[in-house]
Amino acid sequence: MPKKTPLHDIHMELGASFTDFAGWSMPLRYTSELVEHHAVRTAAGIFDLTHMGEIELSGPEVGRALDHALVGRPSKIAVGRARYSMLVHETGGVLDDLVVYRLAEEMYLVVANAGNTLVVLSQLRDRIDGYVTTIRDTSGEWALIAVQGATSPAIVSELADVEVPLLKYYAIGPARLADREVLLARTGYTGEDGFEIYCRPEDAMAVWRSVSAVGVRHGLVPCGLACRDTLRLEAGMPLYGQELTVGTTPFDAGLGRVVVFGKPGGFVGEAALAARRDEGPTRVLVGLASTGRRAPRTGYAVLDPDTGERIGEVTSGALSPTLGHPVAMAYLPTDRSEPGTKVLVDIRGSQEYAEVVPLPFYRRRA
Amino acid sequence: MSLPTDLMYTSDHEWIASEGDLSTVGVTAHAADALGDVVYLDLPAVGATIKAGDACGEIESTKSVSDLFAPADGEVVDINEAAVAEPGLVNTDPFGAGWLFRMRITGTPDLLDATAYAAFTAGA
Repeated sequence: MPKKTPLHDIHMELGASFTDFAGWSMPLRYTSELVEHHAVRTAAGIFDLTHMGEIELSGPEVGRALDHALVGRPSKIAVGRARYSMLVHETGGVLDDLVVYRLAEEMYLVVANAGNTLVVLSQLRDRIDGYVTTIRDTSGEWALIAVQGATSPAIVSELADVEVPLLKYYAIGPARLADREVLLARTGYTGEDGFEIYCRPEDAMAVWRSVSAVGVRHGLVPCGLACRDTLRLEAGMPLYGQELTVGTTPFDAGLGRVVVFGKPGGFVGEAALAARRDEGPTRVLVGLASTGRRAPRTGYAVLDPDTGERIGEVTSGALSPTLGHPVAMAYLPTDRSEPGTKVLVDIRGSQEYAEVVPLPFYRRRA
Repeated sequence: MSLPTDLMYTSDHEWIASEGDLSTVGVTAHAADALGDVVYLDLPAVGATIKAGDACGEIESTKSVSDLFAPADGEVVDINEAAVAEPGLVNTDPFGAGWLFRMRITGTPDLLDATAYAAFTAGA
């Protein structure tokens, strides 16, 4: 039986369709994923993300321990700030992409993809060995509710006892929200401004109901994982298992900027990543745009338009709800990755033209 | 969800309304709900001969692509151009404006009545 989140009864009340995701029964959509997608782009949406894995690390050497374990430099994150980072294998292949929050001088919260939490936990446990650091899987102690979209600051401002405009992008702090103690972070995975609210499981229903009640006046609707996927795709954000796998390095995915070389003591995967940086990746992640309505999808072959030869593969794709045409991400040879390059995608036997375009497909107006 | 009792159904979640020798085919609300928002329809060509159980088109939603199966042997005589132009009709009115195509059935297809189809989906 898949696990139910503390918000399951609310999802049932709201008539959600559920999907099994990484051992959890999660809302896929409530009404229409297109309506939910547009709500986040034009107003706001509320998501249950309790399936995400939370790992807490603390101790006097925790910063150095994480510098060794991850590709980034968590020791340099200011208290109350967050960074996007990755855990890589010795080969440089990505084991998971993560958000690392520094909650206090000697305490971090690492948020992992649901399906990778156990891998991240066991790898971190091995890698911090020898540092004065303790690690705990706190996934069961947190519910996670995201409020995303342009009206989310107004919604959260009405409920939280903090000056929301002062909470910067990729910042986190304790707050009292709807009379509950929470961690309020300005992070997200939709390409919009937004918040992630970490609360105790027993407080999750109250937080959800309060946000929803206030949100109604700001166009907020409950949103499932289906629209979360099209939102992150338009925003050019990678999804583990599709754009990121143990067979890809951060450089292949165009995310070399998250890798920090020359940290004291080095980090796991450094030699392999330095080599990849110096050689340059042979294939890179690109955006593809096409016309019509048939979207390139995960696993479809990308072909050379002159020879018909297979040159790459689509990792994610959909008919973009915001843009109205198909968009996709794909790995292509580096010499075919320039924007403007024409390729063919084999869409179930029929070959459709697509063009390499810069990522992201969608960028919110500042 | 209410299931029209004047229609016949298939285990591929299609409905058939027969009037004289013409039959209208669509997908059930159960199928439309499972698919999510339909964004593209690839329907069989008018004049095509189709065979029960064979794929004769595609239904593409935001998240997935599904084959459209011929519910019976016969010839396609009309397709719903309005639904091709606005595939969301399959979600908003699956038993009405979201119909897919009309066909002239040959032979006797193996179909379920509403009670049998309801029992079939209850077990799904």
